[in-house]
Amino acid sequence: MTISRKDIEKVAVLARIRVDEEQVSALEKDLGNILDLVDQLSAADTDSVAPMAHPLDAVQRLRPDEVTETNEREAFQAIAPATENGLYLVPRVIE
Amino acid sequence: MHNKSVAELSRELESGKISSVELTRQFLGRLEKEDEQLNSFITITEEQALADAHAADEQRAAGKATPWTGVPFAHKDIFCTNGVATTCGSKMLANFVPPYDATVTENFRKAGAVCLGKTNMDEFAMGSSTESSYFGATANPWGLSQGEKRVPGGSSGGSAAAVAARLVPAATATDTGGSIRQPAALCGVTGLKPTYGRVSRYGMIAFASSLDQGGTMARTAEDNALMLNVMAGFDPKDSTSIDRDVPDYTATLNEPLTGLRIGLPKEYFAGNLSAAMEEQVRGAIREYEKLGATVKEVSLPHADLAIAAYYVIAPAEASANLSRFDGARYGYRCEDPKDLLDMYTRTRAEGFGTEVKRRILVGTYALSAGYFDAYYLKAQKVRRLIQQDFINAFKEVDVLMSPTTPSPAFTQGEKTSDPVTMYLEDVFTIAINLAGIPAMSVPAGFVDGLPVGLQIIGDYFSEARLLNAAHQFQQVTDWHQREPQ
Repeated sequence: MTISRKDIEKVAVLARIRVDEEQVSALEKDLGNILDLVDQLSAADTDSVAPMAHPLDAVQRLRPDEVTETNEREAFQAIAPATENGLYLVPRVIE
Repeated sequence: MHNKSVAELSRELESGKISSVELTRQFLGRLEKEDEQLNSFITITEEQALADAHAADEQRAAGKATPWTGVPFAHKDIFCTNGVATTCGSKMLANFVPPYDATVTENFRKAGAVCLGKTNMDEFAMGSSTESSYFGATANPWGLSQGEKRVPGGSSGGSAAAVAARLVPAATATDTGGSIRQPAALCGVTGLKPTYGRVSRYGMIAFASSLDQGGTMARTAEDNALMLNVMAGFDPKDSTSIDRDVPDYTATLNEPLTGLRIGLPKEYFAGNLSAAMEEQVRGAIREYEKLGATVKEVSLPHADLAIAAYYVIAPAEASANLSRFDGARYGYRCEDPKDLLDMYTRTRAEGFGTEVKRRILVGTYALSAGYFDAYYLKAQKVRRLIQQDFINAFKEVDVLMSPTTPSPAFTQGEKTSDPVTMYLEDVFTIAINLAGIPAMSVPAGFVDGLPVGLQIIGDYFSEARLLNAAHQFQQVTDWHQREPQ
């Protein structure tokens, strides 16, 4: 199955990954091959089958609504590219 | 010393013939020399290891030793180690020093084991050759002994090569589509992927959350059992961790195999297997018959859909898991971002390698509006069909056996031009991850001087039986003791 240049560009935006011109051609080929592989799934009869998200059909555990963790902001922010007053600094979002 | 297993080293330390500090020095000395040509380690933690060894000797003197106290090993660089670089084989995390330990890390620390460093891997665990690591490829020691550059397999290629080369007796690893079993097979070592939920994923950098599982790699089944004793168990910090008692996996290694019913899935002994490979694997299965097992053919009718289902589900889950890598809070950030969107898109374009980007894009596509039902939901339905095949098979037999890989270790660069060629490496391993059942790879012979692995697959939570079957095989064969020169 082929994936168009437009689809690749759209998906790159969704994935927040910059893809330039030369890369799009390679991706057209590679992603096309992968999607060819994936198309084999359409041969399977899955009409009365429930999707399986977890091998043991387990569900999310819940715990009591009590505070048990301590704030370790300093340790976690020590490895950040840029911080100020406990906030993470990033380039301006809105002009 | 470097040839000894974890069990043997444990006895040496207990006898007092050698201290952990001396043992650690010997291993470190050898590691620094031999890893030049292997590149199986990303980080060697010499100072910390010697400090841990010293603490281990003190624990022993105080009468508080466990089987792992003072024994050297390594962690795949996917497990967070507090204060020690954890890169996941990627430029994105090349500068990432976690402020916490993974549960697996903490468990080995509490057991008194001595970590020598972090092993190389395919970037973000996506690969079957360790060629996609930002830190360069790892060489297969068996290939080197023939004067060739062959792959150790992946994604846990660093762990497999390090254990095969006797740089460490054991190393942790992870398996999402075969990443413990395939490198174990290509490097002639013994590895086990436990049942999904058996080993905590807290602090284990996530690739595909419904498939990832931490596991064991060593030269013997007994050592794998010793590792699993430390790694397995319920963890409240992992919401997918299963609350179920952990047996002593070493206690049942010597159960006789009489009456063990082995099933051979006919789909795994078909076209893509070379005659030489098949001969080695069937030879190994005959040893099981001599040990009292019976063999019959079974079928996994949906086996041929496993790779297709996996390459929707795994990339889809990866696209979600890797969205956290955006340059904001840790890891790589591109230089001089002009606005927030530029920071995201350039950080991710520069920080991720080609295969990782491919998978994120495929995954994003599969989950996007208009395609979700046709791809992701369809794949999850096929997944249930694949699981049902295994459940049906285990009604007739106790374990399944097959080759672990279609062929022995290939050469570097041989499978990198078309991603799908690499994906087909996992043809025998991938269905196991989709179903969430446990499986091992055990050294079973050689083809053209390169190791070949036998895969043993079990029902949910049957790790003790798998280890028992592997251990008994290793009492009557010596493939697992062969050493690359």
